[in-house]
Amino acid sequence: MRSLATLLFLGGLIFLLTVLTGNLPFGNPPMLVGDAIQKGAADEVGAANFVTAVVLAYRGLDTLGELSILFAAATAGGLVLGAAHGGSHQRPAGFILRAGADLLFPLLLVVGLYIVMHGHLTPGGGFQGGVVLAAAFFLPLLARPGETLSHPWLSLVEGLAGTAFIVVGLIALFQGHGFLAPMFDKGTLGELVSSGSLPVLYLAVGLKVGSELASLLSRLASDDEVAS
Amino acid sequence: MTTSIGFIFFIGAIGLGAIGIAGIVLANHLFRLVLALAIAEAGANLLLILAGYRWDAVAPIVSDPAVVQTMVDPVPQAMVLTAIVIGVGVQALALTLVIRIRQRYGTLDMQEARQRMQDDLDAAAGITPSRSRERPAGGRPLPAPAAAVEAGVQHD
Repeated sequence: MRSLATLLFLGGLIFLLTVLTGNLPFGNPPMLVGDAIQKGAADEVGAANFVTAVVLAYRGLDTLGELSILFAAATAGGLVLGAAHGGSHQRPAGFILRAGADLLFPLLLVVGLYIVMHGHLTPGGGFQGGVVLAAAFFLPLLARPGETLSHPWLSLVEGLAGTAFIVVGLIALFQGHGFLAPMFDKGTLGELVSSGSLPVLYLAVGLKVGSELASLLSRLASDDEVAS
Repeated sequence: MTTSIGFIFFIGAIGLGAIGIAGIVLANHLFRLVLALAIAEAGANLLLILAGYRWDAVAPIVSDPAVVQTMVDPVPQAMVLTAIVIGVGVQALALTLVIRIRQRYGTLDMQEARQRMQDDLDAAAGITPSRSRERPAGGRPLPAPAAAVEAGVQHD
């Protein structure tokens, strides 16, 4: 009975969305906000990547909300799972996996930081680069199951990064602009040091996302070992 | 011609979302539930990206300031970036709960876990087990309770 009602609802939803999208002009969407952003973003924000301009400048407050959702999810995950249990009965991984992890760690670190720092120029940014950084710190844990990450340090980095994001926003507020409004010299479009405060914001986002995901992953991994 | 191709793309995105929602409701295994959630999110994200697509347009990134190119809409892309990150948070939280349930009840089957949770709650409150489809109330001519439980499980 319950599944029948669900299937009816699902059919209705599919019908509704099909009719809605069938009337949508695919390929030439009506771009009101998008056109305005494409015309003005290069002068107003100075970021070559307009998605970054939208995420950090036009809707910076939404990004702060997004960060707080991620923080709430990570905190709730830590609360549910409890403190990480040290000591594992799993035997260590083989030589190839350990050497590969050691080899990949610096490369992943460089790639992650590169993606974070070039977020205003190329596809990428704090969220994507932060995930790569988290992978860099989680990889040695997979190779050596007994080790755990240092959670106090991760919490410190995470808290400092979140504070830095808000402080940059507050500085803009006290200078008479809106909260999180782009500041500083915009520089030339397409240079690494350009678009004012956006790289600073994305660096904060990258560190925060990376430390949050790394602590969450290590908690999940250590707790799963206990379960199995 | 171009419209029909766009319609096919939209059907794909809607289909992904529908598969995900059907999985969320019909799945009886908790990990499959989380995976269905991820599929539904992918469908919704694809729908948003398709809504901002433009023919013969490049990604919204200025490669050469002197050349003006048509670009796709950056607003849906920024929204999807947000949606993906929030989706990761939701999935991580769901997985922690799934791990906890497996540790506590030793199963990932939703009905079994629910039954054991109900038993736990009843035992903690010190009341007789509540009525359910597997354990109907007494007074009717039924076989022994254990057999009734088994028959109920097999019936489902």
